[in-house]
Amino acid sequence: MKARVTVTLKTGVLDPQGKAIEGALASLGVDGVSSVRQGKVFDIELSGNDQASAHAALTTACEKLLANTVIENYRIDLMA
Amino acid sequence: MRAAVITFPGSNREGDVARALKQAGAAVVHAWHADTALPGGTDLVVLPGGFSYGDYLRTGAIAARAPIMDAVRSHSARGGLVLAICNGFQIACEAGLLPGVLVRNANLRFACKRQHLKVERCDTAFTRAYAPGQVIDVCIAHGEGNYICDAGTLARLENNGLVAFRYCDAEGQVTMAANPNGSLNGIAGIYSESLNVLGMMPHPENLIEHLTGGIDGKGLFDSLLGRIRAA
Repeated sequence: MKARVTVTLKTGVLDPQGKAIEGALASLGVDGVSSVRQGKVFDIELSGNDQASAHAALTTACEKLLANTVIENYRIDLMA
Repeated sequence: MRAAVITFPGSNREGDVARALKQAGAAVVHAWHADTALPGGTDLVVLPGGFSYGDYLRTGAIAARAPIMDAVRSHSARGGLVLAICNGFQIACEAGLLPGVLVRNANLRFACKRQHLKVERCDTAFTRAYAPGQVIDVCIAHGEGNYICDAGTLARLENNGLVAFRYCDAEGQVTMAANPNGSLNGIAGIYSESLNVLGMMPHPENLIEHLTGGIDGKGLFDSLLGRIRAA
């Protein structure tokens, strides 16, 4: 089974990298971009096929390592 | 004083901090990240600077989950001393030894320069050789030293006197201009609730000899060895 974990900064946490990208887009003439927030994507392959246990394992992975929950949120998407 | 300096893959300041500790009179043993126990009789654990695991994922994140860190958490929970410098501070935050997190410097630049710090209190095991309000001149070298935490944690740090050092100018003024990385309230270092864990971004171990630019960092190591500043 494949899964995608998306880790994003919590609202209110300053994101200087996102701000720099936002500025670069404006300087490239890409119009209409009002804000950029940078995050991380993890594409994960799991050996089992049970959705519930995959979700549980990935939740543990996020809480223990993939996200720092002081500043980051995570989202788990299981793919068939 | 028996100090255990822990080396992680990518640590690079373990030799310098060991030298500073030995100069102050400590017995230093080196420990490896994959060990599951600290050397017997360890009084002080040092998490040194460097780029553990190449700063992959988040600075300090992978080192914080190393096998030795359970032993470090137990040592800290027993009231044992922990000194966490630079990458070590990032590791300590990720490991839950200290609150908050260190993120990318606000100006996105790696800061490598001399930096003045205000010593906030001089009644701890780490700072008793300094004078109250003393301004010290040390080094910083980091790309992720921007200390942030939630409002409740910040209030707790401030109200309980847990801020150890703040970035300041040569006169001791804590200003935005003197803040190299955007840290909240100019925070350069913090203590744990019971003052036995110190995390700091600056490198006191760089400033222990006149030959290499000054001795303002020596007070921290002398403090740990129990030397009180002469009145």
